[in-house]
Amino acid sequence: MSSSDVEFSGMPRDEQGPVFGEPWEAQSFAMALALHRAGIFQWTEWAAMLAEEIRRAQAAGDPDTGATYYRHWQATLERMIVAKGLSNSQTIDRYGSAWAHAALRTPHGMPIELAPEDL
Amino acid sequence: MQARVRALETILTEKGLVDPQALDRIVDAFERKIGPRNGARIVARAWSDSAFRARLLADATEAANSMGFSSPVGAHLIAVENTPETHNLVVCTLCSCYPWEVLGLPPVWYKSAPYRSRAVIEPRAVLAEFGVALPPDTRIRVWDSTAETRFLVIPMRPPGTQGWSEERLAALVTRDSMIGTGLAKRP
Repeated sequence: MSSSDVEFSGMPRDEQGPVFGEPWEAQSFAMALALHRAGIFQWTEWAAMLAEEIRRAQAAGDPDTGATYYRHWQATLERMIVAKGLSNSQTIDRYGSAWAHAALRTPHGMPIELAPEDL
Repeated sequence: MQARVRALETILTEKGLVDPQALDRIVDAFERKIGPRNGARIVARAWSDSAFRARLLADATEAANSMGFSSPVGAHLIAVENTPETHNLVVCTLCSCYPWEVLGLPPVWYKSAPYRSRAVIEPRAVLAEFGVALPPDTRIRVWDSTAETRFLVIPMRPPGTQGWSEERLAALVTRDSMIGTGLAKRP
C-alpha cells in the first residue's frame, strides 16, 4: 500500500497491514503499558528486559525479522510479572493450559470463556 | 500464544492490576488515534511557523505536548532537522524504542535485526534500499533511540509548496520521512 493510503485512512498501518497482526499482540502490548502506568515498573526496565529477550531469542535461532516481535514482548511481560512477584511461572502455565482447554471445548464461533473445569 | 496472553490477563485482572476495559481503551487509541498523522501535523506546523519550529527544536517534548501528543511512557522527544548538509536517520539498535505519540507503533522492518544493525553500519546503503539517494556530500547522522529518548526527524520542506496550508503540507509528510528512511513527498 502507498503512504497516501496511510494518510487517507488516518490509521497507523504499515506495509503489513494493521498495527497489530493478531488480537493477542494488542492485548499483550496493552498489558505492559497498563502495568507501567500502574507503577509496577519503569519503562527503562522494560526496554532493557525486552532487549535481553530479543538477544536471547536471536541466539536461539529466531530470525528476528520483526514478525516475531510480539512473541518477545509477551515473553518479556511474563518475565516481568514473575520478577515483580505478581505471579509465578507455574500459575501462568496453569492458566495458559486452562485457556487452551477452554478454546478446545468451545464450539467454533462462540466466545471462549474460562470455566472452573478448565483449571 | 493467545492462551498465554489470556492467562496473564486473567491473573492480572483477578489481582486488580489491570482492567480489561482500560486495555481495550489502550488498544483502541493505538489503532485509531495515535499514528503518523500526529507527527505529520507537527512537521507541517514547523514548516509554516518559524516560532513553533524553534520551540520544537529546543524542546520537542513540550512542543508535542502543546499539540496534545504526549509519550505514554514518559520518554523525551527530540526533533532533528534535515538540511541539505545533514540527513538524520533513526534506529533503535537494541529493541524498538520509537516515538509512539507522534508516529504510532513502529513498522515491522524497524523492529528487524537487519535494519537495527545495518542502519548504524551502512546507513547510506540502507537508505538506497528505501529508494533514498542523497548527494554524496550530505552527511548522515544516525540516532539510536532509547527507552528514555526518542527522535522525530523533520524532513526538508519540498519546493513548490509556498503558501500551502498546514493541512495540505501535512499530507506530504510520510511516516518514513519522519524516521529518516524517506523524504517528504513532492507536490
